[in-house]
Amino acid sequence: MRAGLTVVRPGMLTTVQDLGRVGFQHLGVPVAGPMDWYSHRLANRLAGNEASAAALEVTLIGPELETDADVWCAVAGAAFDVTVGGDPIDCSQPFAVPAGERVRFGARHAGARATLAVRGGIDVPPVFGSRATHLVCRMGPFGGRQLAAGDRLPVGAGRAARGGHEVVPLPLPSGGARLRVLAAPHRPRFTGRAWEALTSTRHTISSQSNRMGYRLEGARLTHAGPADILSEATPIGSLQVPASGQPILLMADRQTTGGYPIIATVITADLPIAGQLAPGDWVEFRECTREQAMAALAERRPFDR
Amino acid sequence: MTIAEARVVPAGDAAWLVELPDRLDAGINGRAVDLAARIRSASWPGVRDVVVGFRTVMVYVDPLGAGVDAVPQRLDEILAQPASGRGREGSSIEVPVCYDGACGPDLPDIAAFAGCAPEEVVRRHLAREYRVFVVGFMPGFAYMASVDPRIAAPRRSSPRLKVPPGSVAIAAGQTGIYPSESPGGWHIIGRTPAKPYDPDRAEAFLFAPGDRVRFVRISAREFDASSRWGAK
Repeated sequence: MRAGLTVVRPGMLTTVQDLGRVGFQHLGVPVAGPMDWYSHRLANRLAGNEASAAALEVTLIGPELETDADVWCAVAGAAFDVTVGGDPIDCSQPFAVPAGERVRFGARHAGARATLAVRGGIDVPPVFGSRATHLVCRMGPFGGRQLAAGDRLPVGAGRAARGGHEVVPLPLPSGGARLRVLAAPHRPRFTGRAWEALTSTRHTISSQSNRMGYRLEGARLTHAGPADILSEATPIGSLQVPASGQPILLMADRQTTGGYPIIATVITADLPIAGQLAPGDWVEFRECTREQAMAALAERRPFDR
Repeated sequence: MTIAEARVVPAGDAAWLVELPDRLDAGINGRAVDLAARIRSASWPGVRDVVVGFRTVMVYVDPLGAGVDAVPQRLDEILAQPASGRGREGSSIEVPVCYDGACGPDLPDIAAFAGCAPEEVVRRHLAREYRVFVVGFMPGFAYMASVDPRIAAPRRSSPRLKVPPGSVAIAAGQTGIYPSESPGGWHIIGRTPAKPYDPDRAEAFLFAPGDRVRFVRISAREFDASSRWGAK
């Protein structure tokens, strides 16, 4: 039998994710994928995988997993105490988990979501070319649900780890974050005051937030005209504003299309920071230029391009 | 349609949006479908997803992909060319619908809105051929228009938490079919055994933008006989 990890305790919300279901949005199939793409790539890099390998996304309260073979793992993203067989491990390095031992996530110190990668990747059957889990559509491995105790995660064939790479973990937000945005095509559908409020006041992530999006509470963003548009595609990071004037930050599991105007879009480089936020955290938005967005992304140094 | 009526604008740093005139119009949407087909078949490097909206085409790119900087210019070039006609003629699809009893719980509301009998609402829903403008919201959900203005009630004031799969619904001049159980704010006037999305079918998705759809009435008995919604 192939190596596998068995879920002993699933944690609060642990899902299998890869880089997302690309190429089917025109059929209404949402992308899903990691909330923090940078840490997903970093964990895979540390584990010696391709960036596209499937890994586990851990949310707020981490899981406990038992392996039935010797495996190599790596963790990136939110700062958790992680133990193997009860011994604390250094999350800046890949670590071995001997057969029969358990990886356990303990206290969380910063950030909201961590990626646990296993060398060889989580080898579940792809759906529309992807192993990402979409909870609402119930699409992906395990019927598209979060992991439960007793689930067994098959591990793919390992390969040699690459040496000599520089490891730069994501700077984790604490209590909130400032995110850079680009004005969206619908910005003229809002009042000047709405833009002012968006870029100069603080919003709070409400408890009605999940992998689809964060509902934000704060200054009301007023539309210059109707709050409905003819539905069109909704990029990740978009700040969609329904009639209430309270924006929704669209995240990994967002629907493919929407009928509310979008005032601004968070730049790709800052999406991982957004993915590390949780309900109760504050968020501020600052306008930047396209050049600044591209420079910030190059600086974030994605791996495996 | 002239080039002046279309524009290419950035939508964040990982997508380009082609905007056509802001109207619910089959011709404009046809242009979007045609553009999307041409963009897809061109296979430009760095392009990930091409998504048709009512009057837009969103072109998602890998922002650091090689050659991706050329995408906006290439979009301008395609816009300058005449429509290819590709993807203009969608499929013609018949969808069986049961409007009786529990299948159409909101028929009385729509009848009240229209000031007519529920049977008249059904007759008007059946009378038209609809165009699929957009597929989105969830896998296989098709936004179809235009519904007879007389029965085109706005969305429900409070969305249902659970809409059964296969529910045929109308709202704001559009009609659609819920592909799976989900929350929903449209008025449910019928139910179909046809599955807009079925992962076990060779062609998993029933609808694409540009398709033409006609609803055909079936009885509750026929619905029960052919429905596989309960099988899952």
